Amino acid sequence: MPTPNWLRRRSAKPQPADDKLWEICPSCGERIFIKDLDARLRVCPKCGHHFRLPALDRIALLADGDYEEIAENLTTGDPLGWSDRVPYREKTQNDRTKSGLLEAIIVGFCTIEHIPTGLGVMDFNFRGGTMGGVVGEKVTLLVEECARRRVPCVLVTASGGARMEEGMIGLMQLAKTSAAVERFGELGLPLVSVLTDPTTGGVSASYGFQGDIVIAESGAAIGFAGRRVIDQTIRQKLPEGFQTAEFLLEHGQVDMVVRRADMKAALANVLRFLSSKRYGAAETVRPKSA
Amino acid sequence: MNVIVELEKPLLELEAKIEGLKKLNETQRVDFSAEIRALNEKAVSLEAEIFGSLTPWQRVHLARHPRRPLAMDYIAKLDGFVELHGDRTYRDDPALVAGFAYLAGVPVFVLAQQKGRDTKENLYRSFGMAHPEGYRKAARIMRLAEKFGKPLLTFVDTPGAYPGIGAEERGQSEAIATNIKLMTGLRVPIVVNIVGEGGSGGALAIGVGDQILMLQHAIYSVASPEAASSILWRDSGKAEEAAQRLRLTSEDLFEFGIVDEVIQEPMGGAHRDAAKIVDVVLAADARALASLLRLSPQELLDRRYEKYRKIGAHEEMVLDRAAR
Repeated sequence: MPTPNWLRRRSAKPQPADDKLWEICPSCGERIFIKDLDARLRVCPKCGHHFRLPALDRIALLADGDYEEIAENLTTGDPLGWSDRVPYREKTQNDRTKSGLLEAIIVGFCTIEHIPTGLGVMDFNFRGGTMGGVVGEKVTLLVEECARRRVPCVLVTASGGARMEEGMIGLMQLAKTSAAVERFGELGLPLVSVLTDPTTGGVSASYGFQGDIVIAESGAAIGFAGRRVIDQTIRQKLPEGFQTAEFLLEHGQVDMVVRRADMKAALANVLRFLSSKRYGAAETVRPKSA
Repeated sequence: MNVIVELEKPLLELEAKIEGLKKLNETQRVDFSAEIRALNEKAVSLEAEIFGSLTPWQRVHLARHPRRPLAMDYIAKLDGFVELHGDRTYRDDPALVAGFAYLAGVPVFVLAQQKGRDTKENLYRSFGMAHPEGYRKAARIMRLAEKFGKPLLTFVDTPGAYPGIGAEERGQSEAIATNIKLMTGLRVPIVVNIVGEGGSGGALAIGVGDQILMLQHAIYSVASPEAASSILWRDSGKAEEAAQRLRLTSEDLFEFGIVDEVIQEPMGGAHRDAAKIVDVVLAADARALASLLRLSPQELLDRRYEKYRKIGAHEEMVLDRAAR
């Protein structure tokens, strides 16, 4: 696949820190040549385990070609003056170097099988994909801009939840993004969430599960409370496959589980159907504006 | 062990002594009024000494004080409260109380997280941690509030949403996500009271509104100090430091614009004069509601959107430079 222009412009794509050539599949233990793994969309050739996919690779996978990034310069300060084992500013600086990103999400516009769409993709490599003020702002800007352009919105999540280092500013991003999603919904435009590994806490408890259609990627860990918290609270053995995409499907929590290789087609299919000719003349449904 | 319960022991002993003397004074011929006056003065200065400058960690414990007024104590002082039960799908969740009542003559729907007073009640109420069906009952009430044009009054007091197998199976995330979204677009006034513990997403699921009131010694946090300690320090012993850093006090949140009004508590905390604080809170609610009722639904929604839209923090940077 030729490198799209937008990706070539991003000169900061990280280089591997070491000369690691192999990765071990955490599921089946297979040693996989990293080049092979990348060529296979980071899916284990032996057992089909889906490794986590960096945001830029995800965009390359889903977008037809060009990707118009918005709000690309937004970055995190340090609203609380936070420090735990390491100062927050040092953590985010390390994350920038490690991920080649300024924050845990990239937002912008592209076409997916020729359907113009807003596409936001989270990256677990930046602070565990947690949502602080910048992630909340970028999601909100994306949803608002989708409303302005009258295009569907796709949000691909990968997140440990609200970002603790920003305290309540982090938690309030749930309300901010939800408010944008609520307004967007009044326009009758589709919002599709794609939950990838892992999606938990504040992100699953906001736009993760606010999609009109919720797609989960194969094998993804998805839930509200982390396994450790549940373990500590109830002290019971957790059932087999607990909080996997397949477990959620079985319990009626997601519309479908899709393998990475099929994701673009599945997504385009949903977008095409929801954007198709609507019954009735009104272009908008249930407008809340006076 | 609650650190405040320990801290206030000498004060309670002193107060018991004063009460004893007062009784003696009434029944005996000897006049103890001078002693009582002296002890009263001592009690006042002891109270100031103990509660004058509490650390965030002590305030976490004050918010969790076993005698702190609970949501139902406030609801009991509303007129004509009628409880409404069930999510119509699975079961009734006692951790989340719903119903309708009148506040200063205004009909309101009410939602609240209710903790227990003792172990038995706490088991019944899941320590105020709601399951998805609790949040779905709340969603049902929110839709009723909109349908019948009644304001919504909520009382937040929860360590967080219940973490458990059943809660996950039944979609805890979805239930919370739905409520938060629903509240951002609800076409009626919403007044929120943070009365005890505001624990993360589980609190926010009945906590989005037009006027957010917070008791002086309530706390509201992205995660409990205990959780933050084990996640960020990988050490469960750093909760006190986490409490210090999380900025979870009413003053902090007022400064951030997350809370609109802080309600002062009696010296030593709400439990020192529960009847009074209940009256003060409900009076503040009535005032907040009266001014919100003057706004049109569209004005309310625009105002609410702006309120949350501006909560954030970011800077700008150019990527190439940042990564080097």
